[in-house]
Amino acid sequence: MAEVRIPTILRTYTDGERAVSATGGTVAEIIDDLEANHEGIKERLLDGDDVRRFVNIYVDDEDIRFTGGLDTAVADSATVVILPAVAGGAAQCGAAGGALN
Amino acid sequence: MTDKLGAVLTIDQATRDAIVAHARRDHPDEACGVVAGPIGSDRPARFIPMLNAAMSPTFYEFDSGDLLKLYREMDDNDEEPVVIYHSHTATEAHPSRTDINLAAEPNAHYVLVSTRDGAEVEGTPIDFRSFRIVDGEVTEEEVRVVESYADTAPDTTQKAED
Repeated sequence: MAEVRIPTILRTYTDGERAVSATGGTVAEIIDDLEANHEGIKERLLDGDDVRRFVNIYVDDEDIRFTGGLDTAVADSATVVILPAVAGGAAQCGAAGGALN
Repeated sequence: MTDKLGAVLTIDQATRDAIVAHARRDHPDEACGVVAGPIGSDRPARFIPMLNAAMSPTFYEFDSGDLLKLYREMDDNDEEPVVIYHSHTATEAHPSRTDINLAAEPNAHYVLVSTRDGAEVEGTPIDFRSFRIVDGEVTEEEVRVVESYADTAPDTTQKAED
């Protein structure tokens, strides 16, 4: 089972737990397993079939944007870290769709 | 974790000045960073200027690798982001729609500095404001600048009243 580190803003889905276990061979499967145990969390992470623009997911310290996205392999001993982007600014861009919250 | 909705940001002068200096240095691009503090303390203790990976006058974003390193470090030190700051360089020191949409740390004080209208010049007055951003709702709070935290009452006396 991989360990998944949950950011503060999503701990409402994990009863306040900072880390939970999840099973799956890829990030997509890990997220499905998370959803099975923590209903609602998937929608906060994904926008359709993609990871939201302002959500960062790392497998063993590698940003999955550079390792195959949701198809990135997750070893049994892996640590998956989810972090909302720290971003903003004066621009009135249409960022809402990609935000985690 | 304790409820920290006391509507005031208490920050020491040196950290406040470091945020302002960073904003001026990076003008006309937006500057950004974090002040970490012990979990639950509500005390911004460790100033961490971050690179604006967007390098833009209207947008900021921490580099994703830097972000992971930062959170790992805070985790190891039992810290949390007490303050998340950034500058606006042509608009007021108030959260924009983008800031509100992307705010993902409900426990943090979001500090905004504006370097517009010549405020990027050292020695000129500068807007330095603090906000809570929770569930899309923005609440401005008082900023109390102290010489050092030793002068302030322990945080336990600052109880939150709604």
